[in-house]
Amino acid sequence: MALLEFAQEGIFCPLAGVYIDPWKPVKRALITHGHADHARWGSQSYLCTHAARPVIRLRLGPVNLSSVDYGEPVYINGVRFSFWPAGHVVGSAQIEVSYKGETWVVSGDYKTEYDGLSEAFEPRRCEYFVTESTFGLPVYNWSPQSEVFEAINNWWAENREAGRVTLLTGYALGKAQRIIRHLDTAIGPIYTHGAIENVNEVLRAQGVALPDTIRLSSGMQAKDVAGGIIVAPPSAASGPWLKKFKDLSVGVASGWMSIRGARRRRAVERGFVLSDHADWRGLNAVIEATGASTVYVTHGYTEIFSRWLREKGLQAFELKTEFQGELHEMNEADTTED
Amino acid sequence: MKDFASLVIALDQTTKTNERVRALAEYLGKVSDRDKLWTIAILSHRRPKRTVTTTLLRNWAAEKADLPQWLFEDSYHVVGDLAETIALLLPPPSQHSDRTLSDWIAFIRELEVLSEADKKARILEAWDSLGHEERFIFNKLITGGFRIGISQKLMVRALALFTGLEENLLAHRLMGAWSPDTDRFDQLLIEDNPSDQLSRPYPFYLCYALEGSVEELGDPANWMAERKWDGIRAQLIVRAGNLFVWSRGEELMTDKFPEFEPLAGVLPDYTVLDGEILPFREGIPLDFQALQTRIGRKQVTRKVLQEVPVILMGYDLLELGGKDLRQHSFADRRKALCHLLEQPDMPEVLKISPELPFTDWAAVARERADSRKYHCEGLMLKHKDSTYQQGRKKGEWWKWKVDPMTIDAVMIYAQQGHGRRANLFTDFTFAVRDGEAWVPFTKAYSGLTDAEFQAITHWVRKNTLERFGPVRSVSPVQVFELAFEGISASPRHKSGIALRFPRMLRWRKDKQPEAANTLQDLKDMLESYGE
Ligand SMILES: [Zn+2]
Ligand SMILES: [Zn+2]
Repeated sequence: MALLEFAQEGIFCPLAGVYIDPWKPVKRALITHGHADHARWGSQSYLCTHAARPVIRLRLGPVNLSSVDYGEPVYINGVRFSFWPAGHVVGSAQIEVSYKGETWVVSGDYKTEYDGLSEAFEPRRCEYFVTESTFGLPVYNWSPQSEVFEAINNWWAENREAGRVTLLTGYALGKAQRIIRHLDTAIGPIYTHGAIENVNEVLRAQGVALPDTIRLSSGMQAKDVAGGIIVAPPSAASGPWLKKFKDLSVGVASGWMSIRGARRRRAVERGFVLSDHADWRGLNAVIEATGASTVYVTHGYTEIFSRWLREKGLQAFELKTEFQGELHEMNEADTTED
Repeated sequence: MKDFASLVIALDQTTKTNERVRALAEYLGKVSDRDKLWTIAILSHRRPKRTVTTTLLRNWAAEKADLPQWLFEDSYHVVGDLAETIALLLPPPSQHSDRTLSDWIAFIRELEVLSEADKKARILEAWDSLGHEERFIFNKLITGGFRIGISQKLMVRALALFTGLEENLLAHRLMGAWSPDTDRFDQLLIEDNPSDQLSRPYPFYLCYALEGSVEELGDPANWMAERKWDGIRAQLIVRAGNLFVWSRGEELMTDKFPEFEPLAGVLPDYTVLDGEILPFREGIPLDFQALQTRIGRKQVTRKVLQEVPVILMGYDLLELGGKDLRQHSFADRRKALCHLLEQPDMPEVLKISPELPFTDWAAVARERADSRKYHCEGLMLKHKDSTYQQGRKKGEWWKWKVDPMTIDAVMIYAQQGHGRRANLFTDFTFAVRDGEAWVPFTKAYSGLTDAEFQAITHWVRKNTLERFGPVRSVSPVQVFELAFEGISASPRHKSGIALRFPRMLRWRKDKQPEAANTLQDLKDMLESYGE
């Protein structure tokens, strides 16, 4: 019996009887992080990191939820489970599973660059590695985030100068806070869409330091937010509520903005290449660092990336999981990229 | 090339027309005259001749990026643009270059005479000295197909802003054969130089399709109707005893049509006709395809001249005896055209597009219904008082197209799109039923909204039966209403049928595949409308 199996409901440990990020309701679920394609409703019990817990509570409501520290082992039927920083969003984890000297690591979503908020990624040695591959194509390579935030702040300052309102989109859990954390508050006030502010409140309550933000309310007019920046989820980037801000400059912060066609398709003025997933170099570096001889590729360009790994001499398999549930597709990714 | 790269970035970063025009005008104020001319040339699709094949570029880029060829190709499929794919995959540059746009164009043209090994060395050198955006532009200069959202119209607006000259004048001066090699910016656009203007056509007056009902045009007595012939819109110019034939795409095509040569001696000097070049034999137009094939040939042989003879179907008279008639009313211009072309010694290759007689709109509608008999897309309606304007304008000229033919078909294969629609399934193969079997008969890839393409993409992923490279076969469930402009017999196709300009009209979610059309239905259409 393999230590981990890929079952209908998700990644399954038959020895312990638990699932990792299951997409169907199960008895016992271990959750890497709070994004909707990883933390799904309906299971009888959930386990995550302490840091991920408040957001998962916000999203799943009153479920049976317990948590552990990073690195703190949990034994279930003799199998050792532990959570290690994935650098993706606050509280996100890779889940390590070991039994009698055999070690697996399920990456969840991860990035290698420290973003100033999420616990910095720690590579784990293992024989079997289950990796995401959202940006598993060599055209995706990120610039250091300091450069990206400099460009964002310059753009905001220019808009302020020209009397325009600035709107920047990023998904509500993770990207939005990362942006807010690095905005230059000397330029002006930061306004947030409700979906983002709800997460901000939860994170602040657990001690995450974020600059002051103002929750956008329906009564606010263009003059109230003049010179400011609005941070909103991608789904809110179009729609009638924007009509009142006549002179508006819209930007999108997403890894998909690397490609000119994607920027043009969205007809956005500014595309900032900023992702909470590892880029091509990051994915390759992490896989090398794990020392894994067998890699299962999920969540993204699975077919291409697994073939690439095979040609490099690894045992690599494409996993058809429902995380991708097309999430890697640009369109859905416009709104999630979880 | 930094200035040009900054311009491309600036244009990409705004969706507002005025800002785009301003960015271009500001750029023109910054760069040398040679760079200005090359910029205008590139924006009007006069790129330098290709000196390196795209196959070589792909191979060298994959090698330099240390990637297997298949991964390069997969990346290209996702990005959708070769120049951009290469720019994204190459390692960062180790050097820096201050060459200007014109310098780089000269650099590219010098490659022509070099051996393959030398070409490679020079291309690698270029890649290694350019940043991301500049590399993209450099590659685009080689491969062509530069789209930066500046139409001819906007370019002329920017030039007008920069030079202070009138748009009409500039548009006219930019028509025709000029090249950054032989022309100077001032002499081409600023100075008055009548001898240069000899070959120059007028900007074409184009029209939009009629949207509302034809009755909304008002009193039919104010309008004139003629067929919208399906050939090549062209201007035929005789000036100083020379003949010039220009296509609407601003291509000088004089040599392609030796039939027109004698006209230089027949038409009065300084005459400009607007018309349609049509393949035409024994009094009837031939299929447009025949003309396309003829134009594609390098040599216009006697055999070609016999098989696909052409005529110019005259629409309008723009200049006569050196006098610009464009501000006269269409009724007057038409009268002058008839007068000119009805001279007894006028050769057969010049005809007048017949005026369709009518007194009410119903009669016009009946003529329109007959369009397919004449290989026409529909009718042209022109206000009798209309002047000859520039570019695409609404109000006085309209095309009134026939409704397309339609058929309900079932999707059986899907393939991902490129560029703007990379990652969406947009290219579909459709089939009709023949007993128990599904017979593929056409592909179509336009006509749906982005939201619909997203929905169908989602469906395709969930309903894939098999994958063949980038193509997936899907369950034959989804019904689409396809529109097309023509149908013809084609032994090359399994169905025996070929469609012209097929596109998706509607996604018929309300229809079951059993209710879609059959092969027999298609054959019946071929019988009644076949070309
Ligand atoms: Zn995810
Ligand atoms: Zn995620």
